[in-house]
Amino acid sequence: MHNKTITEIAHDLRTKKISSVELTQHYLDRIKQFSTLNSYITVTEEQALVQARVADERLKSKDAALLTGIPIAQKDIFCTEGIKTSCGSKMLDNFIAPYNATVVEKFNQSGAVMLGKLNMDEFAMGSSNETSFYGVAHNPWDAHAVAGGSSGGSAAAVAAQLAVAVTGTDTGGSIRQPASFCGITGLKPTYGRVSRYGMIAYASSLDQGGTMSRNAEDAAILLQTMAGFDEKDSTSAQKMVPNYSENLNQDLKGLKIGLPKEFFSEDLDSEIAATILNAVEEYKKLGAEIKEVSMPMLKYAIPAYYVIASAECSANLSRLDGVRYGYRCENPKDLDDLYTRSRGEAFGAEVKRRILMGTYALSAGYYDAYYIKAQKTRRLISEDFKKALNEVDVLMGPVAPSTAFGIGEKTSDPIQMYLADIYTIAINLAGLPAMSVPAGFVDNKPVGLQIIGNYFKEAQLLNVAHQYQQVTNWHQKIPEGFQ
Amino acid sequence: MSLLADDIQKIAHLARLGIDDKNMATYANDLSGMLALMVQMGELNTDGIEPMANPLDNSQRLRKDTVTEKNQRHKFQTLAPQIDAGLYLVPKVID
Repeated sequence: MHNKTITEIAHDLRTKKISSVELTQHYLDRIKQFSTLNSYITVTEEQALVQARVADERLKSKDAALLTGIPIAQKDIFCTEGIKTSCGSKMLDNFIAPYNATVVEKFNQSGAVMLGKLNMDEFAMGSSNETSFYGVAHNPWDAHAVAGGSSGGSAAAVAAQLAVAVTGTDTGGSIRQPASFCGITGLKPTYGRVSRYGMIAYASSLDQGGTMSRNAEDAAILLQTMAGFDEKDSTSAQKMVPNYSENLNQDLKGLKIGLPKEFFSEDLDSEIAATILNAVEEYKKLGAEIKEVSMPMLKYAIPAYYVIASAECSANLSRLDGVRYGYRCENPKDLDDLYTRSRGEAFGAEVKRRILMGTYALSAGYYDAYYIKAQKTRRLISEDFKKALNEVDVLMGPVAPSTAFGIGEKTSDPIQMYLADIYTIAINLAGLPAMSVPAGFVDNKPVGLQIIGNYFKEAQLLNVAHQYQQVTNWHQKIPEGFQ
Repeated sequence: MSLLADDIQKIAHLARLGIDDKNMATYANDLSGMLALMVQMGELNTDGIEPMANPLDNSQRLRKDTVTEKNQRHKFQTLAPQIDAGLYLVPKVID
């Protein structure tokens, strides 16, 4: 029963083949059975069963939504009222959120059942889930490999079928890279498409919440629930939300696909390159036209990103000072000691590195050389994308230069970890929507195809992914032991 | 440009971030590595380019200056490490 799409489960719930309580209990049992994956930080068993009972009642009425009674889970970055919201950090290990994020509120209104809160890199800073205070989330395809990050717990939970679908957030690739590593479908929407209210801020001009699911069809249903204007988020986009599911059956004849030649440089693993090009061949068979494009500014994306993200993180995380909530050190001798030690004891090494970098980049004398320079570079990168997307409908390429790497393999060299974000971070700088779609395997580990769309064209992006999933079955593969 | 342990100490103070002395050199090395990446942007001519703060070039929306939140002091203070009579407690600042 855990091997079905949202639409199929919704049908089963309506025809009484199964109740939401039974389904929820089944997933809770699986979460326990596969707890060594460490994909969940908190399992909200009691609340989930209460929600499931309410959903079963609602399913008897006419006002049930498609997600009513469907067990999902939230990345632990989204505030959930009355439930621990840790953001993967010791700093918030004792933080019971006093309100719901808009995304959580929307899922609650739809009647979805929340199974719990998912593991992640501390404050979403990381590409392997190894910076989590709660330990690494393991990859269901290879327990010795990382699930990716920062939404590693989210990706592992979907791949191991410990939730029907889940949320993630993406600041520099945090939905797409773990989706690629775990062989699931991940969607990072356009900046501003999904409300950031109650989504703990890392880098506010880059952060965007999105979907992680087994396929594009489910992603369309999730995005329908999550997207839309929210007056509580001052950067929320005032744009109409189209019907994503209705748009899934457009044929791709004449679709123009751009392949940025910078995405296929010698740094890319040759077998991954071949996998991506195979996927592109499938699109040719579906009637798409392929064109090479060039985006020369892409090589500056890593430096620009790590200046901007660090600067914004140092500002956002200054609120965590041990005074109003979160961790406080023992016996502070004065106010300065309270701030310094609380932060020093509660933040992990990666978060500290980025706060230091950001503080430096924003400090007097360096602000123009680093922060302003990075913002100017960001515009040039963004213009490269705009130019390319004037010529083609979507861009395609790899998500990451490798498949899931070994746990501990890159922890001693943070710079190597940053360099591996090369194919994802430029999209956040430009604010564009993008997906990772399962496209094959290299050494028995999944490889994701990245599809990048134009601003607010999530409907087209989902259709492009869905059409591919109609002619391939990579998205249906399940890791051994989790069937 | 590379940073030394002393520089890290100064930056850490600005950020009110406790760093163990034994880790200063490691952070200095890591940040120097990051800066080495960042200097690559120096190759780019960005004269006359407008800095981009928002990917959609939007400015923050303003709203009417009216109260939208209700007072939830008690609820919020249940999360605080130390409170007294509705106030957040911190170590003495003025003698």
